Amino acid sequence: MKRRAFVQHASAAASALALPGLAVTAHAQDASDTLRLGLLTVKTGPFASGGIDMERALTAYLAESGGRMGGRKVELIVADTGGVPAVARTKTQELVERERAQVLFGPLAAFEALAIDDYIKSKKTPVFLVAAAEDMTQRKSNPWVTRGGSTSAQCAHPAADYCARKLKYKKMILIADDIAYGHEMTAGFQRVFEEAGGKVVQKLFPPLTVPDYSTFLAQLKPDADAVFLGFAGSNGFRFIRQFNEYGLRGKMALFGGMTALDESVLRNMGDEALGILTVNWYSAELRNPINDKFAPAFRKAHGYDPGLYAATIHVSASVLDAALGNLKGKAFDREQLSAALRNTQAMTARGALKFDEYGNAVGDVYIRRVERKDGRLVNAVIDTYPNVSQFWTYDAKKFLADPVYSRDFPPAKNLAG
Amino acid sequence: MQFWLTQTLNSLTLGALLLLLSSGFALIFGLMRIANLAHGALFMTGAYVAASAMRANLGFMTAVVLAIVVTAAAGALIERLILRALKSNGQAQVLATLGLSFIAGDVCLMIWGGDPIPVSPPAWLQSPINMLGFSFPSYRIAVLFFAVVVAIALFLVIERTTLGARIRAGVDDMPMARAVGIRASRLFTGVFALGALLAGLGGAMGGPMLSAYPGLDGDMLPLALIVVILGGVGSLAGTYLASFLIGFVYTFGNALVPDLAYVVLFLPMILVLAFRPQGLMGAQA
Repeated sequence: MKRRAFVQHASAAASALALPGLAVTAHAQDASDTLRLGLLTVKTGPFASGGIDMERALTAYLAESGGRMGGRKVELIVADTGGVPAVARTKTQELVERERAQVLFGPLAAFEALAIDDYIKSKKTPVFLVAAAEDMTQRKSNPWVTRGGSTSAQCAHPAADYCARKLKYKKMILIADDIAYGHEMTAGFQRVFEEAGGKVVQKLFPPLTVPDYSTFLAQLKPDADAVFLGFAGSNGFRFIRQFNEYGLRGKMALFGGMTALDESVLRNMGDEALGILTVNWYSAELRNPINDKFAPAFRKAHGYDPGLYAATIHVSASVLDAALGNLKGKAFDREQLSAALRNTQAMTARGALKFDEYGNAVGDVYIRRVERKDGRLVNAVIDTYPNVSQFWTYDAKKFLADPVYSRDFPPAKNLAG
Repeated sequence: MQFWLTQTLNSLTLGALLLLLSSGFALIFGLMRIANLAHGALFMTGAYVAASAMRANLGFMTAVVLAIVVTAAAGALIERLILRALKSNGQAQVLATLGLSFIAGDVCLMIWGGDPIPVSPPAWLQSPINMLGFSFPSYRIAVLFFAVVVAIALFLVIERTTLGARIRAGVDDMPMARAVGIRASRLFTGVFALGALLAGLGGAMGGPMLSAYPGLDGDMLPLALIVVILGGVGSLAGTYLASFLIGFVYTFGNALVPDLAYVVLFLPMILVLAFRPQGLMGAQA
């Protein structure tokens, strides 16, 4: 009891700290016209960097919109899951049942999302997912889930197309963390790359927590044109540093997946990152009316560029804002909101966005190059793939009839011995 | 050919890093019978302190010295303030070090944030060495030599000095050592500080190879545990041997059978525990 009370106070204190003025005005309003928004984020442990950005992006959005979404006042309640599935589940329950949150943002990691999947179904609570696990908007889609970012492989498909057709790479090595995210991303890449005539000659999956990539660097097949990096978090950063340390820079090109050279990693890197191409559905350098406000304001407030996690939350907020705008004047109804979300089209920090029938984003995907600008490293946009869906150019029915992307599917036929 | 040479050098350099990491752990475990689960956290602290000092342009040598001063002081304080209060209860001491490692992890996160911090090697060791048609990072070679020097120095301290004699006496039979007038309390504080210092030294030297990042502690601690168990409790030479053995097993395991990397890593440990529970060079229990 004591601990629960403490947790409650702590989370109340956290939300009050995040939005001091807002919480007060929200309480003063009639409750029916206030939206109670819960954010499941990570503020402690190894995922904290991304989690803190999520909260900062949401705070930034509410500051821009005067604390309102679709005409409703927003009361924000923040919970820290620590990146642990069991805690994510408890915190979700706390947000929904005690804090009466009507809509949730988060959680960050795929295993956290899987841990709350059943619960949000049973509680019929709309969730804006940050995690990228393919099947949450595919074979095991959940009607309450909306994903404003992308699936693991959604950006890898156009990346493979770009490598094969524009860069004319013939042989590539794929390396990624040994987790579902890494397997799914490289599987999608391999499928499109090989269908375009390329060959994946090597696939490497170092353990997620390997501190040193030297063993894997020594294995890279020297005749490959390039290496595709499917790393998350700080792993891409360490791989690239060690790649240079071993004198491999210039001998083989690197191409980054959507998280390998995220802005959050880039801010600690040096010249070793210059010139590397990556793929993502966002870049802090993107020019559109919304990002022109968001990215500079975020940089001014925190001293660094917003990356993938910040952008996912900001984009989700734009979508929720637009969906609620279409339901203006009506009492909050989760079924109505959920149905409206599937048909919502919104202008967001990543550009125009719509959704497929599974609640996953369909929007532009960008090819970016690391460049130095005003003394800092940025992901400059050099090419755009318009309206990319999670099914790429495949038919959705056929795509879903196949097994989910994994280490073994689709099978790699061109691995060199 | 190049593959085997590079991987052999990789094994040796990983072994060198493990040696720096594990010898402190082995000292503490051998003398005080405490599995110091905060050892990984001390390693990480060393890496972070060195990273900060490098960022402040203090130079690599100063950075390493700062790192070992901070970790040695932290070690002495942990022993004086926390472990001493729990001295009648070995399990509580181990749990306390586990708790400390969580606290240290979050404190590092508060101070240094969640982003990885690169640590540059000294300028003259930044470019790779080219030999026999392949290149290898010169810094890693330097770490290998440095670790060998540290290993010899530590061995001489233990075997040839009065302090070493006291430590050896304590490892063999603590009550007897006390009976002949060795002051156990001072010895414990000193050894704990020395062990922490070695962890910090490993972190500072490992920084340019691994970077400083949240979770580094958890990545390193199991490796230290494996090395010490394999080498044998209380045996410094065993720890040295096991460090390089694990360096080879881990590197070639990852390279040749990547899917079984962890099996290959833990299997020798399980076999040793099953057939030679005192470890490769540990004294018969």
